Amino acid sequence: MARKKSSFNMLKIDIQRAMLTSEGKTNLEVSTEIQNNELLCLFGHSGAGKTTLLRILAGLTKPDKGRIVFNDTVWFDSEKKINIPPQQRNVGYMFQDYALFPNMTVEKNISFAQKEKNKDDVDKIMDLFDLETLKNQHPAKLSGGQKQRVALARALAAKPNVLLLDEPLSALDFDMRLALQHEIRKAHNLLNTLTVMVSHDLQEVFHLASSVIMLKNGTVINEGKPADVFTNKQNTAYHNGYNI
Amino acid sequence: MMNQDFINTLLLTGRLAGWTTAILFVVGFPIAYLLAYKRFWFKPVLEALISMPLVLPPTVLGFYMLVAYSPQNAFGRMLSEHFNVRLAFSFEGVLIASVLFSLPFMIQPLQNGLTAIPKSFRETAYTLGKSELTTFIRVLIPNMVPSIITAAAMTFAHCIGEFGVVIMVGGNMPGETRVASIAIYDEVQAMNYHTANQYSFILFIISLLILTLIYSINGKKKIFF
Repeated sequence: MARKKSSFNMLKIDIQRAMLTSEGKTNLEVSTEIQNNELLCLFGHSGAGKTTLLRILAGLTKPDKGRIVFNDTVWFDSEKKINIPPQQRNVGYMFQDYALFPNMTVEKNISFAQKEKNKDDVDKIMDLFDLETLKNQHPAKLSGGQKQRVALARALAAKPNVLLLDEPLSALDFDMRLALQHEIRKAHNLLNTLTVMVSHDLQEVFHLASSVIMLKNGTVINEGKPADVFTNKQNTAYHNGYNI
Repeated sequence: MMNQDFINTLLLTGRLAGWTTAILFVVGFPIAYLLAYKRFWFKPVLEALISMPLVLPPTVLGFYMLVAYSPQNAFGRMLSEHFNVRLAFSFEGVLIASVLFSLPFMIQPLQNGLTAIPKSFRETAYTLGKSELTTFIRVLIPNMVPSIITAAAMTFAHCIGEFGVVIMVGGNMPGETRVASIAIYDEVQAMNYHTANQYSFILFIISLLILTLIYSINGKKKIFF
């Protein structure tokens, strides 16, 4: 698959959404900009709003108010009552459970994602993620790491504007996580666009992210480069329970 | 030996069950989809109405259907005057009643099948640009084959055994509304136990086969994946 043409992409997010967590009602409030080639990591405890924010970007959850703009396209605007459905946002969303379709082989899962069928592209993506030998297997026969690679390959096959990954490595053991971080980096570089990834693994964040948003109870408590967010003992992250 | 009347009765029973299953398959899927995935204020009422045949005596529905079919009432009069159709004591009248009375047997397994599919499957398909219809045909249906077979088999089996609604709406007209379950009752009344036994045995075997099919499918769900 050819690397996507280099173009400047920007995702502007300014949203609010009421959330119900185990600690009661809270409000997710995020206002940020993600720029070209950035691999943004959403970091925080369970219930902080990471997955909700990712779902909002994909169009799977509707914010209560605010605005989301990708380049010149308004994805969501509560005042103008605009809410572009997920089908038209062209995002690649990878769920925690990978959501591979059990009725399709590895190859069919990937080709299903294509907007225009192109077998050469499917072969190239499978080759890139070492899936050639598995192409006729069904997901039930795959290991966790293999499923993750298929899910990444499928998300890429749609040539998305933005890649959204919800704890892509959480179901894997430590060695596998290390090995597959490389695959995520590969996917991000190949798309040459924006990636937003949910994680609560510091090693993962340092290895992959170019920037981090730290969420706590729906509020952004810190954002910036991983080194700045996590290693400066003066910053809020340190005082909010993420003692590293 | 089986005479022509006996064979006709069995064929009519199969025709009624087959048409009921086919119609409910088309009608039931959209309703099951709505109930499984959509939120609307009258959903509990709709679910209750669909489940009514599970608790309601068949004669109650049969009675209301007869009243509705009567040319003295608006629906029956409209059919009679504009289409020259009389549904009471006809195969079509029994078929409509049978469709209504078998609704839960089709819809509940389909609804259960749809809700059992992880939400992430649908949402992944949507983010890949697929419409609800494409997702339904390419992702949902292939991953609920056991539920579909269960729904169709349960509907067919239930319809073959239906008695109350058919006798209320259709009476006992050979070749038109006299299905096997009614024929058994009729033959017993006439002391023809041998014929009643033949009908009963065939219904018993068919029902046993259908239920065995359902249980064997549900025990081997992964065979479809």
